[in-house]
Amino acid sequence: MKFCGPKLSLCCTILSVWGIIQLGIMGILFYIKSPAFLEDLFIPENATEPAAYIDAMEKSFSQIALNCWIATALYGGTFVLSGWQMWLNFKK
Amino acid sequence: MGSLFRSEEVALCQLFLQSESAYTCVSELGELGLVQFRDLNPDVNAFQRKFVNEVRRCDEMERKLRYLEREIRRDAIPMQDTGDNPEAPMPREMIDLEANFEKLENELKEVNSNAEALKRNYLELTELRHILKKTQVFFDEEGHLWPWQAEAMYPPNLPPDQAPYFDDDDETINLLTDISLHQLKHIGFVAGVILRERVASFERMLWRACRGNVFLRQAQIEEPLEDPATGEQVYKSVFIIFFQGEQLKLRVKKICEGFRATMYPCPEAPADRREMAMGVKTRLDDLNTVLSQTQDHRHRVLVSAARNLRSWMLKVWKIKAIYHSLNMFNIDTIQNGLIAECWIPVPDLETVQLALRRGTEKSGSLPAILNRLSCVESPPTFHRTNKFTRAFQGLIDSYGVASYREMNPAVYTIITFPFLFAIMFGDLGHGIIMTLFGAWMVWKEKPLSVKKVDSEIWNIFFGGRYIILLMGTFSMYTGIIYNDVFSKSLNLFGSSWHVPFNESTIRDNREIMLDPKQPDQYEGTPYPIGLDPLWQLAANKINFLNSYKMKISIIFGIVHMMFGIILSLWNHRFFNRRLNVLCEFIPQVLFMSCLFVYLTLLVFIKWVNYGAGEDVPLVLTPGCAPSILITFINMVLMKGYEEAKGPNSCSAYMYDGQFYLQRMMVVVAVICVPWMLVAKPYFLYRASKQRAMLGTGGVEGAMEETPSTMPVQPAEDHDMSEILIHQGIHTIEFVLGSVSHTASYLRLWALSLAHAQLSEVLWGMVLRIGLSTAGTTGGFAMYFIFAAWATLTVVILVLMEGLSAFLHTLRLHWVEFQSKFYEGQGYAFVPFSFDSILEANESTVTEAK
Repeated sequence: MKFCGPKLSLCCTILSVWGIIQLGIMGILFYIKSPAFLEDLFIPENATEPAAYIDAMEKSFSQIALNCWIATALYGGTFVLSGWQMWLNFKK
Repeated sequence: MGSLFRSEEVALCQLFLQSESAYTCVSELGELGLVQFRDLNPDVNAFQRKFVNEVRRCDEMERKLRYLEREIRRDAIPMQDTGDNPEAPMPREMIDLEANFEKLENELKEVNSNAEALKRNYLELTELRHILKKTQVFFDEEGHLWPWQAEAMYPPNLPPDQAPYFDDDDETINLLTDISLHQLKHIGFVAGVILRERVASFERMLWRACRGNVFLRQAQIEEPLEDPATGEQVYKSVFIIFFQGEQLKLRVKKICEGFRATMYPCPEAPADRREMAMGVKTRLDDLNTVLSQTQDHRHRVLVSAARNLRSWMLKVWKIKAIYHSLNMFNIDTIQNGLIAECWIPVPDLETVQLALRRGTEKSGSLPAILNRLSCVESPPTFHRTNKFTRAFQGLIDSYGVASYREMNPAVYTIITFPFLFAIMFGDLGHGIIMTLFGAWMVWKEKPLSVKKVDSEIWNIFFGGRYIILLMGTFSMYTGIIYNDVFSKSLNLFGSSWHVPFNESTIRDNREIMLDPKQPDQYEGTPYPIGLDPLWQLAANKINFLNSYKMKISIIFGIVHMMFGIILSLWNHRFFNRRLNVLCEFIPQVLFMSCLFVYLTLLVFIKWVNYGAGEDVPLVLTPGCAPSILITFINMVLMKGYEEAKGPNSCSAYMYDGQFYLQRMMVVVAVICVPWMLVAKPYFLYRASKQRAMLGTGGVEGAMEETPSTMPVQPAEDHDMSEILIHQGIHTIEFVLGSVSHTASYLRLWALSLAHAQLSEVLWGMVLRIGLSTAGTTGGFAMYFIFAAWATLTVVILVLMEGLSAFLHTLRLHWVEFQSKFYEGQGYAFVPFSFDSILEANESTVTEAK
């Protein structure tokens, strides 16, 4: 059952492989609280006190790690789907 | 074995061919592709040459084959491309081929004209069938309309002046005033078929021309009909026009003809019509069978032709190419032979001899004689390339083909090109993407090169696959040095910097500077490879990187340019231009060393000597380090500084005696300018004067000195003013160039900064939206944002930035590097080779499609 053309399925497969690798790694890095991502964290405006700030930071780290893995899983699904389409398109 | 560093030695050879064996010999040489023929009859126009008849016959055959190809394509029959390469057929086979093509073409033409006639016939019959069917309806309706026809014909509420005007024709008036069945029998009609889009104007025309005295009925034919001439599907309408009187009949017929309507005879009586319809039907059935048989026949002819078409085409192309070459030869009437002149690379002389022997054996005549000539003009430039070096040679050749046996910059470009590119494209992530793309093209090289793609962009990428692969890997390296992966830094070995401050210090200070002197803040040993990852978080990252990248750009630039100047020494030595070594190379090296190499030395002195640490004396602390730019400007302006007041105050000098050394170097550099400008013209002037005094003997003696492998240059006209102007331009170009070219290498820094900043902005503006979305919805947002970020990364950062870095690298090579030694005045060696001729022909065929 084919619903993607060869180009679209190839593009989606490549993108999802890239997504799985990069987002997976980024999830791990956020999980171990890599300081390289300090600027990417979500910290509320009112968290000015050190304790509140650190608390928000830690929460944000784990939240983003989870989000990255969710996206990784979604890309995993995309990979299966587009890979299957690609297989249909390119088998001869 | 040819050398990579220079183009190959190419010899001018004379070739005596017996007229019987000339064809086979040239055919062998064409398969070999190592010989470039010279046109010995440049003044003879194409129609007066010896083998013009044969070329014309080939053209005729080619035309026939093209006709066949077009027909095959029209029937969508697949053409077999077995990829085999048939040898050029013998001249006598040409007649067979011609006869074969002639027969095929005639057969096809006949079939086509028959088919067209049949189709036209078929169309007419179909139209007639439709007319009979539709008019039947009209007649049935008209049957009870006829008594009121007069009223029905004229729109009743027309104003008097627009009302149909009646001729003084008795019949018409009678018809109007006194309708009787008897007179109605005089009403005639014309039936026919017309293109549907013409119906409206046809109707209007009829109304106007006949002043409304005719009655038109029309009905559409639902299914489209095929136009036999063009093969298109057209929609048509059936019409029937009633009128009265001969005059109107003539007029109506004329209008019908004018509108290209086809009229068909239509019997009046219903019984006749029925009979006719039956007849038409049987004839249509018959025609159908005949038509399908004709089509089958045509298909069979084309299928059998399609099987051989490609090999025929190749054969014809080869024959044509051979005769084309033979046309370039001189005819030796006494010995009944042909004389050719050709360029042959010296290492291939043996192979060419062997090919000639094979050619003569085939035709069984006297052997061909190959004879090396000495020549005055400079031979073509021939670089033997393989699939790896071809792309790099292409980059160089697109600037200018090297002069004969000049140093070939392509060899060095293989490394310097990807390296300079990578300095501007330093990012591990982007480098990986580029490497993967290049590696894929290299890996799938065979299947991809067999697959012919018409897209020009793809062909450019594929042609440069090795360049892309190298650029990608070098970018990965510089990405590690810059410590950039999609603008983030990797902390693989642990940063050497630490933040020992307590909570209150951090809270109270907006900015804190880490001090490399303190062992608890800086370990003392730098990060093992590349930039310390801590810089990614530092506020002064750009300041630090700018200074670093600017310095390395200048250092690499000066190394690159000095390398170019040193290459010019090899050129001078090879061509035995002693004067150029003395009057160009040495002052150029001195000039560059005294100013710009010294500048890079200052950079290294500053890097090595100054620094922070426990035991560093005050004079060598970072605060005391002098600005190199200011030092350099002052050096050129010959400005001194105040001496340092004591051992503990900063000094503007980096070492003792710097001021005097610098002053001396500036003086040397300034002396180099007139040296370059005047010395060479002066020596040339003196030499020519001496020669004039010695007479011609001196000239011959000078000529004997030149090595025998070198072509003897025609004696130059030593016009002093010309030499002076040339030298002046050369000197000014070098002196001004050395300044502007050094500055030009700063593009390495600028592009690298732009690339890093752009990728940081892309991360911050796009990917951060997904990252900082609160809650679990962020995961789903991330899914889409990542796709957008990845697309933009590829399109903007890899493709666009890659292209721009590529172009800047190309410029650095063409202008800054090659201007130091490369003439590029040569012309390329274009051997007579069937492969390249077939390729060129095929590409024109695909373009024409």
